[in-house]
Order: sequence, then C-alpha cells, then structure tokens
Amino acid sequence: MRLETKILKTDVLVIGGGTAGCYAALTLSKNEDMNVIVVDKANIKRSGCLAAGVNAINAYINKGHTPEEFVDYVKKEAEGIIREDLVYSIAKNLNKVTKHMENIGLTILKDSEGEYVSRGKRSIKINGENIKPLLANEVNLKTNINSLNKVNIIDYIIKNGVVIGAYGFHIEENIFYVIYSKAVICTTGGASGLYKPNNPGFSKHKMWYSPFNTGAGYAMGIRAGAEMTSFEMRFIALRCKDTIAPTGTVAQGIGAKQVNASGNEYVKNYGKPLTTIRLFATVEENSKGLGPCYLKTKGISGEAQEELYKAYLNMAPAQTLKWIEEGVGPSEENLEIEGTEPYIVGGHAASGYWVDTKRATTISGLYAAGDVAGGSPKKYVTGCFVEGEIAADAATEFINNKNNVHIGKEEIRSRVLYLETFLKDEDGMFSINNVEEAMQKVMDEYAGGISKNYVYSSTRLKIASKKIEELLALTSKLRAKDMRELLQIYEVIDRLYVCKVLIVHLLARKETRWKCYGENADFKEKDENLLKYVNTIYKDGKVQVVFRNLVKRDEVYEH
Amino acid sequence: MSIKIDLLKCVGCGKCLETCPGNLIFRNDESKAFIKYPEECWGCTACLKECPVQAINYYLGVDIGGKGTYLNTKKEKTLLHWHIFKPNNEEIIITTNETEGNKY
Repeated sequence: MRLETKILKTDVLVIGGGTAGCYAALTLSKNEDMNVIVVDKANIKRSGCLAAGVNAINAYINKGHTPEEFVDYVKKEAEGIIREDLVYSIAKNLNKVTKHMENIGLTILKDSEGEYVSRGKRSIKINGENIKPLLANEVNLKTNINSLNKVNIIDYIIKNGVVIGAYGFHIEENIFYVIYSKAVICTTGGASGLYKPNNPGFSKHKMWYSPFNTGAGYAMGIRAGAEMTSFEMRFIALRCKDTIAPTGTVAQGIGAKQVNASGNEYVKNYGKPLTTIRLFATVEENSKGLGPCYLKTKGISGEAQEELYKAYLNMAPAQTLKWIEEGVGPSEENLEIEGTEPYIVGGHAASGYWVDTKRATTISGLYAAGDVAGGSPKKYVTGCFVEGEIAADAATEFINNKNNVHIGKEEIRSRVLYLETFLKDEDGMFSINNVEEAMQKVMDEYAGGISKNYVYSSTRLKIASKKIEELLALTSKLRAKDMRELLQIYEVIDRLYVCKVLIVHLLARKETRWKCYGENADFKEKDENLLKYVNTIYKDGKVQVVFRNLVKRDEVYEH
Repeated sequence: MSIKIDLLKCVGCGKCLETCPGNLIFRNDESKAFIKYPEECWGCTACLKECPVQAINYYLGVDIGGKGTYLNTKKEKTLLHWHIFKPNNEEIIITTNETEGNKY
C-alpha cells in the first residue's frame, strides 16, 4: 500500500481536540490573525474524556473558600509531590473558565438565590451530558480554526532542537500528513490500556478512562527527548463493579458510606480518608476476606433512586442500564465497588510533561496542557481548560515574528517508507491485539496491577522492563491491512513507550509514598529525603533519571 | 458492553461513524452502518445520540452482567428520552433534560 503525502501549514497546531485542546484552540482564536489547526484521531464532537458527559465540576472554588486552600488540599492528597506553581495558576482561574462554559450553554444547578449548588468544598452540580458537543460547536464556529478530524499524529517534526510541526496519517484514507506550525500544543490526554483491565474479556474497554487515550502525547514526547515527571504516581480509581462508573455521585452526592460484606464502615480503620486510602482500605478488606465492599445505598428514597438513574445516564449510562437490567435498584441493594487497573494521567495524578509555569515543555516550541501535562493533580475538567488557556497564551507569545520552518523531501520520504513497511501485504506472526494483551499481562503481573493488589518490587519491575523491551522489538514485525489497523499499531507502540518509562519511574522512587498508586514492596514506608520529583529523559536509547527539588507556589519556574 | 445497529432501521446517514470516538463503526456493502470492533466500545452512547432513527441499541456484555436488556435514545428539543427494553418486552422510559442540573 502506498501513501500520498499532504503538506499543511498553520501558526499553531493543537494535537488532540479534547477538553484542554478545544479550550486552547478557542483561546488562540481570539487573535483574529492566528491560524489554528486542531487535529484529532476521531471527531472533536465526542472525542476525549468527555464523550459520555461528566457528572460534576470537581475543581471549583466555592464561596467561602480560596485558591490557596485548593493548593493545600491537592498537596495533601498527593503527599507533597505537586508543582504548587502549576496548581496555584489553575486554582486562580477555575471559576473564570466555569463561567465561560456556562455562557456557552453548560447547565449549572442553581439555588433559589441564583447561586451555584455545591457538592462539597470544591465541586458544583451541573448537567454535563452535552459538555463536549457544546465545546466542539464553539470551536467549529471559529473561522480561524480548522478541525482536522480522523488524523492520528505520530511524532513531532524537530529541526535544530525546535518543534516545527508534526507527522500524522489519516485513519481511513491512505494519506500521510506533514503539518508545519510555528508552535505545537500537545493535549492528547493520558494513557489507559497499559495494564490488564477489570473486564479483560468482551467488555475490555468498559473502563474508567477513555480507552482511546493511548498515551500518544507522552510517547511522542519521550521519543523526542522531552523531560517527563511523576509517572510513578499512577492513578487507580475506585469505581462501581463491572460498569466502572463513577462512585462520587453516590459517595458525595447522597453521602453513602463504604461498607464491607458485614455492613461495617471500614475506611476509618486505615487512617485519614484520602482518595488513596479509600481505595487502599477496599483492597485490604478484600484481601482479608471481608469483601465484597459496597457503597451503602440501601434505604435511599425512591425519588433519590430516580435522580441517580438520571445522573448516571448523563455521564455513565451503563450503570443505570445495569440497575434496570438487574431489576434491583440502589434503594434495595448496596452498590458494589472495586479498584480499577492503574492509569497514567496528569489530570487526576501528576504524570506528564515537565513544564514551566507557562506550560512550555523542555523542547522549544512545544507546550503541553491537560492530562498530558504533569505536576498538577486533581485539575480535572476545569483545570484542563485553564491549562489550555495558559498554554495558548504562551504559544501566542512564542510565535510572534516567527516564520514556518520546513524540512527536506528526503526526510519526509524516509518517514513515508517507514510507515509503508507496516502496510506491506504480508501476514505478521502476531496480531496487534496479541501484543497489546501481552503488554497488559506483563504490567499486571510484574508492575503492580490488579492481580498483585497494585504492589510491585524491584525484582518484578526488572522482569517487566525486559519483557516490555522484547515486545517493543516485536512491534516492527506488526502488519496493518488498512489505515485503521496502522492506528492500532501506533497505539500499542505508544503504550509500550509509556510502560518503558513508567517502569523506570517506579524503580527510581525507592519508597511507598502513595498507597496503591505507588506501593513498593521493597520500601514500604515514606522517605522524607524523596520529597522530590522523579523526572526522566529518554536519550540515546536510555531512560535517564533526574531528581528535581520541589517548586513552591509563588515561584515562576523556568527551564 | 457495546452496541448493535439495526440494519432494517439504519438509513445510512453516516453520523454515527463520523462521531464515534473510537472509530469503531464502518459502512457495509449497502452503505449501512455496522460496528466492526464491538469489543472496543467504551459505551459512551455518542452514536445513539447521533442516530436520527433509533437504529442503535446499547447493551451490557454478558461478562458485566448483560442479560439482553438494551436501550436507545430519542432527542426532543432539550429532552433526551432513554428507551430501555427488557427481554420480557417491558419498556421503561427515563427522560433527562439538558437544562436541568444533576441532583447528585
């Protein structure tokens, strides 16, 4: 199969039209002279994490609270390993972006005095079913934004150490894209599908995070030599059994407590109820034979049950379907909960690009925002909007008086030939899915997956490292029958790169700072000498580790 | 966890395959939509909401407790009617309104 090459040129290229990407594009478009391309491997109308909707705005400064308190809360939850400068810059702008979303049509629940209705200190109640179409519609209305749907970006184009665009391919037509831009903003989200999932059979994609967020942005950055941070702070969600639907709606929404099989509230036995402890306590109860564990919903009113049905339809419809399928709703039976497989994500945990306060990565011309940007956990949807805005402003400043830079035909030709190798009409020995499943099995067994109660050790991690290298070597033998399969090959390659770097991070943090997220059997306690960021740079075929000192909230961090 | 597309109802408009965030839906020889990778569905229901003729049915895989109940959606201005059909032919309709916030 031959590929036709298409060359495009723009001022700023935004890779990934999800939460952060759409918001970055909207911010860039305020400058009428600016030409923007938003490229997405699917369609920005429903791509990214917000496809089904979102149940609440979980990063918001409610009345009587301050941005400073928000930073304190995030710092405590992450056991000190956050970039306070980044979290603070987010906290100060959460309410502004929320107001903007309301202006473009997002429904926010209000009380009789017209005030937003809170759901705890940092949350407000909304109807987020249509949040993504609302956002995408705004993007599509802008004449200076071109949405390039169904194009998968595979690598940055770098000349003299500066990012000058990106390569990609169409996932249906035989087209290779070379997109030149004066700056690039990466907003591809985090990485799911690294570990064997909760439902490894037919429903393998019924998972917490978007299964289509495959760590592409991380992998491109790793291959380009960008510095990455905190991959070892994995994120594991506590979710409804089977449907992997959110539990916050029930836990915070109706105040349901976590109980074990005997009906006893167990979280308090494991320390302060941090997010990690609620999960760890559940894992422990199960391993002691005291499970299954539940959210105690039995006895809620019929009216409350109806409202839960609607709330779940607006963000995770499988859960409502499950209750109706069973014929027994939450008012009659408690809701079983379980921990998910680990994910690498900068929106809940802190994994991602090491950025400066303006969200510039360590490679000139490249910015990162949203789940792909590291250092600022618990940014969630509104934090991703804020980061999109900050990165867009920085990119706008960067491209001032700059021209597009190009590369030669030879360089483009060699990329095309490389991709065409995967498209050769021959059978590979292993299927793409075989390699993906092998990777998930390795990570599950040797890098602290569900089957190992999230615990890992140096010995196991070294085995994982060797096996991931072997799988990475095998990917050159994979073959695609069409462009959609070529996308799958790239997704598994990208995930393997993320695994490779993740293992180095897990090995480097010789302590257990976070239960479950980073539980090291060789070092079971916290080590205060490791109140540092674990960063990595992939260079000359090796992942090098750099420890960096904590950055304070009023600092302006520059590379 | 996945979808099934009713070929008798499908009008071949292509909206579902344009919108699916996983690029899982394709056209068959008669230009009608079918899900090529059913096990890769996230269950987001984007396709149901795009479908103008309620041809797309959403169901739980047997591995997560599916017993044959399915749902599809019908949009009416700001309302979204969720039609849930149980194997005994019982139909349950739940209506959500995009102008009303979630209570929880």
